[in-house]
Amino acid sequence: MEKIYSNYQERTEFKKVCPKTINFLLSFSKALYDVKYKDLEFETFLN
Amino acid sequence: MELQIEDSELVRDYISGDEKALEILIHRHNQRITSFIYSKVLDRDITEDIFQDTFIKVIKTLKKGTYSEEGKFLPWVMRIAHNLIIDHFRKNKRMPMFEGNEDFNIFSVIGDDKLNAEKQLIKDQIDTDLRELIEELPDDQKEVLVMRIYKDMSFKEISENTGVSINTALGRMRYALINLRKIIEKHNIVLTN
Repeated sequence: MEKIYSNYQERTEFKKVCPKTINFLLSFSKALYDVKYKDLEFETFLN
Repeated sequence: MELQIEDSELVRDYISGDEKALEILIHRHNQRITSFIYSKVLDRDITEDIFQDTFIKVIKTLKKGTYSEEGKFLPWVMRIAHNLIIDHFRKNKRMPMFEGNEDFNIFSVIGDDKLNAEKQLIKDQIDTDLRELIEELPDDQKEVLVMRIYKDMSFKEISENTGVSINTALGRMRYALINLRKIIEKHNIVLTN
């Protein structure tokens, strides 16, 4: 059996963010609109 | 065999308005980016925060149309995450966060010395009770005790103000305390917080 000698085994574990964070990002993306008017650019949120 | 759509194609679809493309990109690279952030910060909550901030930047850049497909999508996202990790450590250096461990808890050394609402109420009640008890003392003893305890005067100042010697003032203070104790014991009064 191989042995891991690293003092920081936790650093090498695979992790994933929770679904709540992903859902937030997807909602954020759907709500965010970039509006351009002449030379101006606005970020707006539409709910 | 399932055909995997290229990142660059998904990015193009997303810029064109396909929100599903972003979902695929996030799921595809979730583990890689999260593990990378976690390997640096070693904190679950901070990892979630940095991941979220990374993709907020990604979304804003893509929606603005300023993203150029010069490099690859993943290295670009990793670079954003890397910069945010550096920002996190810089911020922490300015305002270090200290968390206790099993052997040492910071709150055993520092604490909020303010009383909570309940203890404050009890303290106020004790102060009121004590003032009433002091009223029961003979006037000369009461005068010395009030000057010493409530006005924080020295016995020299008390003797000058009352026109008695320091020793007399000390004696009156002593009898004031003895008498107070007697009243408290006699009436079984509890004066503790």
